[in-house]
Parts: sequence; C-alpha cells; structure tokens
Amino acid sequence: MTDKNIKVSIRHLYKIFGEDPASALKDVKGGLSKADLLETRNHVLGLNDINVDIKEGEITVIMGLSGSGKSTLIRHLNRLIEPTAGEVLVEGEDILKWNTRRMRKLRRESMSMVFQKFALLPHRTVLENAGMALATRGRKRAEYEGEANKWLDRVGLGGYGGQYPHQLSGGQQQRVGIARALTSNSDIMLMDEAFSALDPLIRTDMQDLLLELQDELHKTIVFITHDLDEALKLADHLVILNNGAIVQQGEPQKILLDPADPYIEDFVADINRARVLRVRSVMEKTPPEGEVSGEVDHDATLESVIADAQGQMDRRFRVMRRGRAVGTIEMPEIMRALVPAKSSAEAEESSDTAA
Amino acid sequence: MATYDGVFDTLGLRNWCDGGSSGAPMSMADLLAQTSGTENTTSFWDFPFPSLDALHDACGAIPQTRDLTQGLEAGFLALRDGLRVVVDPLTQPLSWMLREMLYVMTQTPWFIMLPVLLLLVYAVTRAWKIVGLVALFLAILAFVDHYGYAMETLAIIFVCAFICVLIGVPIGILMSRSDRMQRIVIPILDMLQTLPPFVYLIPLIFLFSVTEPKLYGIAVILYAIVPVVRLTDLGIRLVDKDVIEAADAFGMTRNQKLFGVQIPLALPNIMAGVNQTIMMSLAMVVIASMVSAPGLGILVLRGIRNLELGVGLVAGFGIVVLAIALDRVTKAALARIDASQSSR
Repeated sequence: MTDKNIKVSIRHLYKIFGEDPASALKDVKGGLSKADLLETRNHVLGLNDINVDIKEGEITVIMGLSGSGKSTLIRHLNRLIEPTAGEVLVEGEDILKWNTRRMRKLRRESMSMVFQKFALLPHRTVLENAGMALATRGRKRAEYEGEANKWLDRVGLGGYGGQYPHQLSGGQQQRVGIARALTSNSDIMLMDEAFSALDPLIRTDMQDLLLELQDELHKTIVFITHDLDEALKLADHLVILNNGAIVQQGEPQKILLDPADPYIEDFVADINRARVLRVRSVMEKTPPEGEVSGEVDHDATLESVIADAQGQMDRRFRVMRRGRAVGTIEMPEIMRALVPAKSSAEAEESSDTAA
Repeated sequence: MATYDGVFDTLGLRNWCDGGSSGAPMSMADLLAQTSGTENTTSFWDFPFPSLDALHDACGAIPQTRDLTQGLEAGFLALRDGLRVVVDPLTQPLSWMLREMLYVMTQTPWFIMLPVLLLLVYAVTRAWKIVGLVALFLAILAFVDHYGYAMETLAIIFVCAFICVLIGVPIGILMSRSDRMQRIVIPILDMLQTLPPFVYLIPLIFLFSVTEPKLYGIAVILYAIVPVVRLTDLGIRLVDKDVIEAADAFGMTRNQKLFGVQIPLALPNIMAGVNQTIMMSLAMVVIASMVSAPGLGILVLRGIRNLELGVGLVAGFGIVVLAIALDRVTKAALARIDASQSSR
C-alpha cells in the first residue's frame, strides 16, 4: 500500500482572485492573511500554498466546507482555472507549461471529470453523452457505441442509451456522468462533489458503486466533498482544506484518531466513530497469546467487532490479515477509541459554556 | 440688435465677427422687424439659449443650424460616389435574389405555389392544424384577389429574413465570444432599433436608384436583423456554464464547443430571434412600399394617398393575416425544437 507511484503532485500552488494577483502574491508569501488581503487589497485568496501528492490507484479525497477552495483546487488539475503560482506535476511533468494542444490531449485522454450538477449535454442521448469523450477525439458513433454501452451496463444503465438526460432521475444522470468519465478510459478521474446533489440513499448507492468500480479498475481518483462521512468512506488519502489552506492530510483513520488542530477536532466530533474506525488503526500490533474469543479482519469496523462481542467488555480478538494473525484487540481499547481525544472534549465544554 | 452682441464686444471679437458677416439669408423675424421699423427688444422672459442661430444673430462669423444640416447633406453627397463603388457591387446579389424570388412566387401558378407553401409549412411545423390555418388564410387572401400582392410581400420577407439569419447569426456568435465586440455592436443595434424606419429610407434613396429592389431590401434587412443578432448572442451566453465547463474538461476545441454544444443549446433562443426578425421584416415591407417595394404595402399606401378607406382596410387585414400565419408557423417550429431537446 505504501510504495505506490505518485501520479499527480501539486507543489506550492497559490490562487489569488483579483485585479493584480501577482503583487498580491508577494504580500501573501510575506505572511498576509486571507482576511487582511481582502480588506487591504480587495483580493481574494483562493488557495494558499497547497502541496498534495496524489498516488496512483488511490482515491484522494479533498474535503472542506463551502468556500474552502476545494472546487477551485480540483479545477487546477486540468487547468480549467489557471493558478497564480505553483506547479502541477502529472507523472513528473509540469502541465502549467504545456500549450493548449497538449492540454487538450491530456483532457481528452488522461483526465476525465464528473460534475456536481452532472453537466450532461441535454440535446444528446444517454449513449452519446457516455461516448462524449471519444466523440470529441473524432471517433464515429459506430466506433464508440460498444465502449459506451459497456460502461453504461457497468453502472447499471443498460438499455437507457436511447433516452435523453432529462428523462432520467438525478441518480441515473450521475451514473451517466460516471459512465462518461469511464468511457474516456483515462487513468485519472476528477470528481467534483459528484454525489452532493443526490438523496442520501442514492448517494450511498453511488459511493458503493464507485468503491466497487475502483476495486476493479484502480484509477487515480481525486474526489471533492463537503461531507465527512463520505470522505471517510471513500478516502485512501484525506486532505482537509480550510480557507484555502491545507489543515491536515493523511490516512483518514490517523486524522480521526489524531486530529492536528481544533478545527479538525470540531469537524470529526459528530462522526460515528464506531462505523468509521477500523480494527487495524486501534489494535496492538502483537498477535495474542492464549485465549481469544474469536478472530476479526484487520479492516473490520469497530462497530462490527462490538457486535461480535455482543457488548461484553472482557472479550479479546485475534486480528487477521490475509489469513495471518497481525495483532490483538481488546474491548477496552475499542471503547477508548470511540471517545474523541481529550482536548476536543474540553474545547466542546468551553464552547458550551461560552454559548 | 441681438442679445449676445455684448458678449462678443467685451471679448473683443467684433472685428472677427463682422469680417465674416456676409450675405447670409435674413430670417423672417429680422425681415419683419426691419419693415415694421421697431427694434426687436427682447424681454427677460424671452432671453434665448445661446444656440447657433442666436449667436449668429450677434456674430455673423458663427454658422447657423441650417448650415449644419446642409453640411451633412453635402458631406453625404460628396461621399456618395465613393460609397457607391463599394456598396453597389456588394449588394447587387440582393437585388438579384429579390427579383428572382418575386418572379418565381408571382409567376408560378397558384395551384402549384399554394401546395408548395403548405408542404413547407408542414416540413417546418409537423402540425396539420397549422397547415390548415395557413391554407385558410391564403385562401381568404386569394378569394379577395389579393393573392399576387401577398405573394410579393412573402417573397420579399423570405429573402430578407433569410439574409438576416445568414448575417445576423454569425454576428451574434462573434458577440457572444467577445465582450469587446458586444460593446461595439450593441449601440449599433440600439440605433437601428430606435431610428424611425423612415429615416433608413432617406440615405438609401440617395445611394441607389429607386428601380433597384435592393433599395427596400437593405432597409428591411437593417430594420429586421436586430432581434436575431441580439437573441443569438443572448442564447449562447445563457448556455449552462456547467455544460460548457464539462465540454472544456473533456478537451473540446472551440469549434466543437460552438457547433456541438453552444449553438444546439441556444437554438430555442435563436429561433425566437428568427420569429421576431420575420415579424419585423413584415412591418418594414409595408413602410418600404414608399420606396417602391411591391406587395400589400402598395395598397395600404394607395389607401392613405387617395383616401380609399376600403382598399386600405382590406390590405391592412391581409397584412394581419400574413403576420398571424408567419408567427404561428415560426412559433410552432420553435416549440418543436424546444420539445425535442427539452429543458434541463
């Protein structure tokens, strides 16, 4: 899991909106804050010194509330927005130096995108929408039909090819959006709040579909969301953005167990930790000696372990990974992990009294 | 003695004024004052605005307003020959098209022409109801012996509306792509739209011979082109930003975006512009009959000139009937486009 190639890498990326971003950039590098920049120079600091490595075959989730700059950030990856300063390296090459022709090739062949509002072509059929990337490359309908149908089938829309997007429900439309991205056969998929416009139940379905597809295809996915549950469910690597800057990034379990600052503690406070935390992140890394009550997988959630223990506090389990014992987990450890770190509890108390 | 004499005296410009004073024609008021012998003293309430005429009274070197209009005319006449060399050959195809269309539509026998028109209506609308309506209207017009006039009017509208679309849609596309272009074109469109239609005709009469059909053709096109330009620009600018972004994200070129996304999605708006353009060319065809445009307008004009109430009314009714028919047909075509790609 650790030694995957870095597919896309963002280096010291800045984006400043305003009339004279270049001179505002100097002030920002000199330490001017977002609020001060807006007040004194009337420029908006969109992104502030972003550094992210996106690994091949992983889902990198960029999470933040609205206005945190996450949608701006994802649009830098295929240069729908030009940065003020910094580098975006795709397989080691800085795409910001590429000309339009090379950029177009990149967008057509190696990066596809799924949008929050689906952004299907309303005057084209579902099949034509799914084949849009290939049609854009100049393929005839007969050539892309097979490929488009294959992916429509795969996302569960077999037989809908002749219909128009407005005849489908929101969830189905986004399935077309995903099929469109998959049909382009690109290595990198950018998903901008792809599931945010859907009902909770459909959203869960779509998340499962994405994970299922990812198991099979191992694309490099960059997923934007404002929903922490969704982020924790999908992420291999989680980046938390606030006010245009990265607050913390890393493995989601680590962020949950060891939040770097009060902002993240507040953020993770409302999470159902039992369902998100995995055995592997709380276990002791020595296989148990003597009596155990059973075996659990290292990737099982704490919730399922509690269910296995039937609520009994004196149980301990052997943790298995691919048939080998890799650690021990005891119920008290699980219970401790379910309570957020102490400092956040204090913070909550103080905020309660303040309120 | 004029009001502003004192001003020029104190400025020491008296010599300059009188030096230039010449035999500029005397105004009627001056003449009256001279003959009656009374000095025209102005009371405080009649104190004039320092206009060209008022200043001219005090100082002969300053031109009168009349000179401005005359200067404009002289300037236009001086330009005319140069303008003609350029504009005449450019617009010649218009004359040719109008002549041919008029010839075809009036010389084809009615029992061929009417079915062809009705087939055209069906091809555009796919609605038998509209075809029936148009058939009824044309039959009424033919029954009161206005068939020939109606065909002439229709011929002019077809040619002019076609050219409006041919020129107007590309202009609208250019406007939608560049804000600067939009800033330049919009005042021109505003001017074309607000200028009284008769004013188009005056310079055109100077430019072209009255026997040339392009004389009224150009007037109709200038007047009617505005909505199709405006609505093409608007339609393309209103295309969903998200869809455009998706087109960019999948690497479409500008042309792929224009023809594959923007124009198809702007089509309902463009068609609304075409509808307006057709209606406005019908309005202008009537006015253009003053400069020899044939058709129902001639009859309206005759009604006004000779006070033939009945002739004017029947021709006016014929125009209304044509307007309703054209409007219903284009609206039905628009609805068909709308339905086939439907709303988001």
